Amino acid sequence: MNSEHIKLAARNVDLWFGAKHVLKQVNAAFPQNEVTALIGPSGCGKSTLLRSFNRMHDLVPDVRIEGKLLLEEQDLYDKKASVTQLRKRIGMVFQKPNPFPKSIYENITYGLKINGVPAGQHKEIVERSLKESFIWDEVKDDLDKPAMRLSGGQQQRLCIARTVALRPEVILMDEPCSALDPLSTLKIEELIIKLKEEYTIVIVTHNMQQAQRVADKTYFLYLGEVIENGPTASIFNDPKQQLTKNYVTGHFG
Amino acid sequence: MKKKLAPFIEWGTLLFCTGTVCFFLVVILWDIVSKGASSLSWGFVSTPPANGMTQGGILPAITGTVLLTLITALVATPFGISCAIYLNEYASDNWSARLVRAAIRNLAGVPSVIYGLFGLSLFVQAMHMGTSMVAAGCTLGLLSLPYIITTTEEALRRIPASTREAALAIGATQFESIRDVVLPAALPGILTGIVLTLSRAAGETAPILFTGVAFYINSPSGGLNQEFMALPYHLYMLSTQHQAIEQVRPLAYGTALVLLIVVFLLNLAAFYIRYKHSKK
Ligand SMILES: Nc1ncnc2c1ncn2[C@@H]1O[C@H](COP(=O)(O)OP(=O)(O)O)[C@@H](O)[C@H]1O
Ligand SMILES: [Mg+2]
Repeated sequence: MNSEHIKLAARNVDLWFGAKHVLKQVNAAFPQNEVTALIGPSGCGKSTLLRSFNRMHDLVPDVRIEGKLLLEEQDLYDKKASVTQLRKRIGMVFQKPNPFPKSIYENITYGLKINGVPAGQHKEIVERSLKESFIWDEVKDDLDKPAMRLSGGQQQRLCIARTVALRPEVILMDEPCSALDPLSTLKIEELIIKLKEEYTIVIVTHNMQQAQRVADKTYFLYLGEVIENGPTASIFNDPKQQLTKNYVTGHFG
Repeated sequence: MKKKLAPFIEWGTLLFCTGTVCFFLVVILWDIVSKGASSLSWGFVSTPPANGMTQGGILPAITGTVLLTLITALVATPFGISCAIYLNEYASDNWSARLVRAAIRNLAGVPSVIYGLFGLSLFVQAMHMGTSMVAAGCTLGLLSLPYIITTTEEALRRIPASTREAALAIGATQFESIRDVVLPAALPGILTGIVLTLSRAAGETAPILFTGVAFYINSPSGGLNQEFMALPYHLYMLSTQHQAIEQVRPLAYGTALVLLIVVFLLNLAAFYIRYKHSKK
């Protein structure tokens, strides 16, 4: 257990939206090639924490962040760090599938283009990432079709493909299945478990079963604080805190 | 009993109002089409006026209006879109941005004749453009700006934050996300706004009155630095200022019909753009 390599970490992170204190002294460490789930009732700050890792709050006026967020040893909020470079290393999949209003093919190549991947490699990367995301067979004949015509589950897998195409080190997922039907959800869960061989994954989920199915570690957040964390099985079967117990047994949330 | 009657009264009122509006619309259209159709012919749209406007066609007025509208588009579109992008994507929502927005909205309410006066003093006199096509185009461009800014901003606002975030999350800069993702997604709305604005501008009389329109010019549509003829003004002259008003009335209606057709074609273009994009 001690040998595990911490890929992404938060140290004493506080975050305010205006006067609202949303994250309070959050400490978290996400090991490489593992899936870590963030659970907790709505509004407890799961998305906020996740989005602070790829600096999605940058465009929000009057947000204030204190503490350290680290990728390996690099300070994510270092003034000298390039935020676009950083987001290439830390990919994100959103709650609502948000493919670009372009063709399926362009959805993947757009990220390659702006990140300067030579055009000669595009075709191969498109195929590889669509295969990695378990959607190749469904779309291989329709690569020129608009991505918006795909079903919700296919769109979400395309969004995952778009992310893995850039070979990030970490993939952040914010309730990636909450807008999907059970079958698509199952497919995405399989995919997540497959993806952790290559990537470090942090996933926010509302679904207790899902957390138990996919996550190695689980963090329970409540009102902006990390209440408890540990191996998923012990969080669900043997919680130390009363709050955690109430939540995982469905007494609130 | 009351409960049963109420829906019929509500429904009836709405239907009555809609019907009234449609009735007047049809009457206006019918009036212009029936009186103008007789003078409409290939010669009418392809030859200049003759015999002191009592005969001949309106070719210079058509080319004048088309060219003028083009200049208006060239002036208003780049500035309008840039301004809207700045306001909606970059400016933070503070009092100064709100002030600018309120000012733009107020500009949209300024009577067009005042734009004419302003164009006269700025473009014609101060900038030495003289009464000319460019001066009038710039004036109409100014008049169109607030509408284009407002409709573009509206179109940009309809693009959800998640679309912008999708681009940012794969390493796009804010500018790239706007250029490559937000603008293309908002394009149908933006184009619709531009075309509808231009079709209004094409029908304006007051702003070009002081800045370059002429009752009659000899050479069919001269250079950009010369005076020009335009459909709305031609119509105004034919129907109120001509020495033989009764005689030229059919020509006036023909001109009105052509102006309507030009505006209708522009609206059709807007409709087509929206239709094409709704299928994507
Ligand atoms: N951009 C924002 N501005 C102000 N408050 C926000 C913003 N985003 C989130 N919040 C607030 O922060 C709190 C945590 O939200 P969030 O992280 O989305 O919760 P969740 O755990 O459901 O994902 C909520 O109270 C929410 O209202
Ligand atoms: Mg959330």
